[in-house]
Amino acid sequence: MADTTADPTTTATPAIADPESARGAESVNGPRRPARTRLGRTGQVLGRAFATVWANPKARVGLVILGMFVLMAIFAPLLAPYSPHDDSFGRNEPGSAAHWLGTTGAGEDVLSQVIYGARVSLLVGFVAGGLSTVVAVVIGLSWGYLRGWGNDVVNFLVNLFLVMPGLPLMIIIAAYLQNGGLPMIILVVVITGWAWGARVLRSQTQSLRSRDFVTAAIFSGESSARVVFREILPNMTSMIAGSFFGAATSAVLAESGLSFLGLGDMATVSWGSMIFWAQNSMAILTGQWILLFAPGLCIALLATSMTLVNFGVDGLSNPRLREGTGR
Amino acid sequence: MRYALRKLGLLVLTLWAAVTLNFVIPRLMPGSPADAAIAKLAQNGPVTPSVQAAIEAQLGVPGGSIWDQYVTYLNNVIHLDFGVSYTFFPQQVSELVAGALPWTLIMVGAVTVIAFVLGTLIGIGAAWKRGTWMDSLPTVAGSFLSAFPYFWTALLIVFFLGYVLGWFPTSGAYSATAVPNLSWEFLGDVLYHAALPAITILITSLGGWILGMRNTMINTLGDDYVTFAEANGLRGRTVAIRYAARNAILPNLTGFGMALGGVVGGSLLVEQVFAYPGVGYLLFNAVTNQDFPLMQALFLMITVSVLLANFLVEILYGVLDPRTRR
Repeated sequence: MADTTADPTTTATPAIADPESARGAESVNGPRRPARTRLGRTGQVLGRAFATVWANPKARVGLVILGMFVLMAIFAPLLAPYSPHDDSFGRNEPGSAAHWLGTTGAGEDVLSQVIYGARVSLLVGFVAGGLSTVVAVVIGLSWGYLRGWGNDVVNFLVNLFLVMPGLPLMIIIAAYLQNGGLPMIILVVVITGWAWGARVLRSQTQSLRSRDFVTAAIFSGESSARVVFREILPNMTSMIAGSFFGAATSAVLAESGLSFLGLGDMATVSWGSMIFWAQNSMAILTGQWILLFAPGLCIALLATSMTLVNFGVDGLSNPRLREGTGR
Repeated sequence: MRYALRKLGLLVLTLWAAVTLNFVIPRLMPGSPADAAIAKLAQNGPVTPSVQAAIEAQLGVPGGSIWDQYVTYLNNVIHLDFGVSYTFFPQQVSELVAGALPWTLIMVGAVTVIAFVLGTLIGIGAAWKRGTWMDSLPTVAGSFLSAFPYFWTALLIVFFLGYVLGWFPTSGAYSATAVPNLSWEFLGDVLYHAALPAITILITSLGGWILGMRNTMINTLGDDYVTFAEANGLRGRTVAIRYAARNAILPNLTGFGMALGGVVGGSLLVEQVFAYPGVGYLLFNAVTNQDFPLMQALFLMITVSVLLANFLVEILYGVLDPRTRR
């Protein structure tokens, strides 16, 4: 979904265009201390990428918050004091030693639900973000590399999906596929969310297409698919990572929005559905604002953390955007 | 002129694509939405053949010729005939949409323009005073606020400004006792009720404009002509507004078109929270009652409005930047 947040990372000027980044790409292909195995080399590259992102203070904050949510989701059964579906407690209880955040209108422990809710949000965020990035990469790269009549058609389609309001489209599809559960939400988010990344990656491909190494690869007789995915793709790793986090952010927000409208799988505990039930049971009027506040804050924090990580991811391919010194 | 005509052609093509998408979606779905809709409608009383034909044209008849359905559907859309709503039986869908659309268009439109102007101004200030608190405060606050889910901001605002402080009414578009007319009193009442939804949309959408404007402005500030203007001894404000901002605003305006879809989507959720009688609230009602004809018509209207707004922005862009007209 083209979100309102004009993401600062994506509005930045094309990063690869400056000579600095070409050097960065070079060092990815030929590291100074080459590891022996392929796996080791990949590990080295990943480690260096992580260090670059970590060096950015904003991204560091984002990584810490994101890491905490990931741990919370993984260890939910250990962290949560009760099962999120256990409704054997008193109804609408205020916070107490037994129930730190109180209980819901159905008598469930709010804290446990908040902890388990991280699972749904992260799952939808990562899976839907990942899938829409895959679609964006395939479409964006082939669209930027290949020339021909199909170009105009794809251009038109992408622009259509970019300007079309995503949420109403999601609501309509979700309404038809009612009770489709999480796979339905993921599908809907992917359908509406791939266009932005495809466009960003396309313009990058176009600028890389005329580079010497691409010309050399074409002359050496490589197939188009190989040129696109083996020669061009590795140079766009940071952009792909950037569009992944962007897509994951909008996926998290979209999931919460749909669940809030009661269009998600209401049997699973997610932050959006918690707010839906809280609003249904008039939590504001009964003074239980924590029921609305806690899950919403988690959504906002998760979304912010991924936006912050993107500040650092930007620096991967564009050293000018790196903060601090020594790199 | 050629630029405007080309954009107009593109608009017509996009509108056609949106209308067609609206036709395709219900037909791709498992089961038969049309049968379900007619069955539901039958609970309210006998279904007349013309109503049945309208619904089938919109939602699809199993076994009918797709091409015939498409022609009927296009014809119905052109005449704004979307059948009968069964949530609000026996009202025409087109009447319901016409009643809700102005509320959303005026409120969201006004707030979006305000947010754009305000955000752009703050962005200019942030870029000009780069590195000071005037830069970091709006940037950090902007990125945090724009990560807020719209509906959550809405709920917080309802709670604090509506219930705790009691400054503003929490639902509806005007007082239950007021009779809609064109008096100042009524307009004041409408503005008073629009305050909370408007503040919500303003808060959540402002951050994007600030960040976008700041980033393009910083790029522009590095250009030679800005340095030259400064070296000539022009006043700081003149350089910032007349030289740098004037060129930085164009890319931000392109973002306007794309962000609009998101703002409209978010405002649908906001309307739900405030029970604001606009398109979003109606859409929510339609969805909970599985009122497919109403849903489809609303989706079409929202999309068409966004596409039209985008078209206007592009024309404006052409007026502002002569280079695009070539």
